[in-house]
Amino acid sequence: MFGDLDDLYQDIILDYSRNPRNFRKIESPPARVVEGHNPLCGDELTLYLLMDGDVVRDVAFEGAGCAISKASASAMTTAVKGKTRSEALKVLENFHDMVTSGNAEVFEDDKLAAFSGVHKFPARVKCAMLGWRALESSLSSTDDESGAGVSVEKKTITTE
Amino acid sequence: MPETTSSQKKNADAVDWRKLKKDFPILDQQVHGVPLVYFDNAATTQKPRAVIDSMSSYYLEDNSNVHRGVHELSNRATSAYESARKRAAEFINAGDTRGIIFTRGTTESINLVAQAWGDANFKPGDRILLTEMEHHSNIVPWQLIAERTDAELIYVPVTGDDGRLDLTRLEELLSRNVKLFAFTHVSNTLGTINPAAELCAMARKHGVTTLVDAAQSAGHMPVDVAEIGCDFLAFSGHKVCGPTGIGVLYVKGEMLEKLPPWQGGGEMISSVDFFKTSWNEPPYKFEAGTPNIAGAVGLHAAMDYLDGIGRRNIFEHDRELGRYAWRRLSEIPGIRLLGPADERIGLVSFLLKDAHAHDVTTFADQRGFALRGGHHCNQPLMRKLGVASTVRSSFYFYNDTDEIDRLVDVLIQIQKFFAG
Repeated sequence: MFGDLDDLYQDIILDYSRNPRNFRKIESPPARVVEGHNPLCGDELTLYLLMDGDVVRDVAFEGAGCAISKASASAMTTAVKGKTRSEALKVLENFHDMVTSGNAEVFEDDKLAAFSGVHKFPARVKCAMLGWRALESSLSSTDDESGAGVSVEKKTITTE
Repeated sequence: MPETTSSQKKNADAVDWRKLKKDFPILDQQVHGVPLVYFDNAATTQKPRAVIDSMSSYYLEDNSNVHRGVHELSNRATSAYESARKRAAEFINAGDTRGIIFTRGTTESINLVAQAWGDANFKPGDRILLTEMEHHSNIVPWQLIAERTDAELIYVPVTGDDGRLDLTRLEELLSRNVKLFAFTHVSNTLGTINPAAELCAMARKHGVTTLVDAAQSAGHMPVDVAEIGCDFLAFSGHKVCGPTGIGVLYVKGEMLEKLPPWQGGGEMISSVDFFKTSWNEPPYKFEAGTPNIAGAVGLHAAMDYLDGIGRRNIFEHDRELGRYAWRRLSEIPGIRLLGPADERIGLVSFLLKDAHAHDVTTFADQRGFALRGGHHCNQPLMRKLGVASTVRSSFYFYNDTDEIDRLVDVLIQIQKFFAG
């Protein structure tokens, strides 16, 4: 109905934004908390990350946002759960490359490929990256000595 | 001046608005394969050919520096620049050109007052009164100076979705050791028109200095500083059909001598010694460095153009569009409209039930509509109203009801798309 936009708002993206996955708090055990903020539109997102040693045990988010930012954060949580820190960061890097270049090769047969259309809308890259940037910030924060992901910290990040 | 001058005495019904649209070459184009509809006039207005031509011929024929040379071109440039100042004084009925300072725009005008006047006048414990509907540019400069001087910010509350100032609180707020009251004439997010003269009169009663942010009003309605009775007033060239990078700070006569210089440099001095400088007279005292001469020339043409149509006529035309849009948008199920239903300019701010503002603006863009989605540099107000962002459609005299009808159709489609 809206021509070019079919690339951007594919069914899978609409589904992920209407029924976001892992759209909740992680209350216990205490998770890392990062607040992401898109200065362009005022959208705010809170990310909860629970690490098990080097592995993402659980990741969830809350907040209000546009369809792109909600769907992307939602897809991010399902994509990185169970991955190691470095694997998760690699997915992030590939995702960023895809939404800026449009090249979806790495994500063949993956739901993340649905976001390749974002590159045609440069103003929306920030929306697509909000959850991922919060993840990046969260992964880079240091745990306490136990390494069990029990530290609680609040950081605020803004998308590039 | 174009033939529009002849319409000066006409009322809004007699103005040929469709013909005026032809003065704006940029509006005659397609985006994404459909005709452009420019509804982002609160961000910046488009420029008529008269403005573009005036700047072009300045650079083609008269370009030089001002107030320095004795040669012909310098005389022409100086005369063009000073005649723009005279025109700006008329535009806001300032009377005297000494109180017309050219700046880069509203933001710089406010920063000038905050830093020069504020630094000399704010003492620890003094209060600066703002309103909850201010643009960031009428909040942040005051936060900076408040931090430096240990002054404190307080705010006139906004009542809620109907977007009015709670004036029942004003008297009490003004009596709390307030030194300065800075407020917007027209809200860029809600479209509210504040009763500027009434607010200034009340402030004066309490001995409080006033600054009016006229960024959203100067191009859209008659603005008369004598009638408003403010001490400072700021507006931007690019929101009144003029170029970017030029704006005006009006300073009331009695404040001028008390206002210390802000930036130092050429033009603002009368004599410079290695250790001591004496200042030039106002307004030059506040205009350090080579000014935006071509910008002033363009602004001059823009003010001529607008007053050729008549700002009262423009106001009536835009107000009708605003009312029409409000009525048509109200037909969309679940829409939330912000701002007062009346006493507003031609601007509507809203939220669709199932579609986020950012998604709405991306979709509307594909259909040719330039809308704004976001917090409109109004984050504290948005938080207060409990919204992260809204869609804003802001009109000008080159817009019409057909365009609004088309927008409503597109919004209904968008609403359906996201409702699934």
